[in-house]
Amino acid sequence: MSLKTNYRQAVKAFQPAPPYFFNSVKAFVVGGLLCALAEWLAKWYSSFFSISAISAQQLAVMTMMFFAIVLTGAGKYDDFSQFAGAGATMLMTGLANALASAAIEHRSEGWTAGIASQMFKSGGAAIVYGIVAAYLLGLFYYIVS
Amino acid sequence: MKLVGKQTWVFEHGIYIQEAGTAVGPLEAEGPLRDSFDIVHDDLYCGEKTWELAERRLMQEAIQICLEKARLSFADIDLFLAGDLLNQNVTANYVAREIPVPFLCMFGACSTSMQTIAAAAAFIDGGFARSVLAATSSHNATAERQFRYPTELGIQKPKTATFTVTGAGAVVLGRKPGRWRIAAATIGKVVDAGMTNPLDMGSAMAPAAASTIEQHFNDLGISPSDYDLIVTGDLSRVGSVIVRQLLAESGYDVTNNYNDCGLMIYNPDQKIFAGGSGCACCAVVTYGHLLKEMERGAFRKIFVVATGALLSQTMVQQKQSIPAIAHGVVIEAAKEE
Repeated sequence: MSLKTNYRQAVKAFQPAPPYFFNSVKAFVVGGLLCALAEWLAKWYSSFFSISAISAQQLAVMTMMFFAIVLTGAGKYDDFSQFAGAGATMLMTGLANALASAAIEHRSEGWTAGIASQMFKSGGAAIVYGIVAAYLLGLFYYIVS
Repeated sequence: MKLVGKQTWVFEHGIYIQEAGTAVGPLEAEGPLRDSFDIVHDDLYCGEKTWELAERRLMQEAIQICLEKARLSFADIDLFLAGDLLNQNVTANYVAREIPVPFLCMFGACSTSMQTIAAAAAFIDGGFARSVLAATSSHNATAERQFRYPTELGIQKPKTATFTVTGAGAVVLGRKPGRWRIAAATIGKVVDAGMTNPLDMGSAMAPAAASTIEQHFNDLGISPSDYDLIVTGDLSRVGSVIVRQLLAESGYDVTNNYNDCGLMIYNPDQKIFAGGSGCACCAVVTYGHLLKEMERGAFRKIFVVATGALLSQTMVQQKQSIPAIAHGVVIEAAKEE
């Protein structure tokens, strides 16, 4: 098969394939470690401040998102994501990065038209489908139980 | 007849690049061609408040240094041609606001450099202008945010992605014999190979480049060996291999005299994925590096094919494929009189 006769098929041989397996391993390990860190934080908050498990988890998530935003502002989170892939983007830290990066990007257009309007540009989809998924799962859980 | 064959314009009456000017950003300055550029910034903002203003400054500086080197002022210029990648060509239009010269804005995506040179040569050859200023620019951050994602958004990019060059190039063309003669230009057709991935523009543009290069050889009845160098604008590591293969399938062997500006501008160890892209890629490599190489005697006759992916984010989101275009210009080393 030549490029001239069937470009769309033949060109695939020239495009480097993403290292799917290696990327999956990196995402699994890094994402898992971050989740373990958040879990440890939640446990620590719960015992140190003597608060309920759910409050401690919220606090832990907030802490993780805070550090993701700091790293985004320092211009490091995109490098981290390039390495960790889904291990960095699929977590709450990834959502924090999506909101913060869009806000930073659009500060040149001002507080309203820029930061406020554009902030959910990339993170908005995650929020919408996060809510939809949570609703459907809740409905499923309600019916089953 | 100045039109030879189907798409090639031949300029027989001496049209010359009088001078060229280039300005680049920090990553381009870290590359192997640093010393070829006139102005080098070590900050991506180039001392401005926003990315867009930084890009505008780069184009202004490239024009300024070009005119200074040519010892010309705006009063000596009859026509200004420019274009960039941003919506409404804001860089070119806002730069033109400060330049008291008739202006035609041009859009050819990353093919703008050779598009403006070809048009400038035609205007001069037709007697519509004596000297024409042509400029183009791109900026990594303005392009990223318009075509892709916020710069700091964590997205794992594939190896096929290209890296938009931050920089600007300007040339003045005229009749006064100079060191570089514009011998011919081949205007490309829009070619759409059905590619839809904006993170792999090399695959989308290679068929357009091959189309223009083949047409050029057919129109003039010549072969690749007639050139010391055939160079494409920004096909990068992926597209440059594809265009070589496409040309080989048509019986043209460019193994020994082909290169791509996107592969020349950065060092292999820089984090630039498949290579450089953007209007400035072809412009700064050609106007900065290749013209100096010709002056040095390294090349006598080159064929520069600037490649443009006519990408629109809206069209990509509507699952439309990416059309592409390529314009080629033949530059010959000439003896200054």
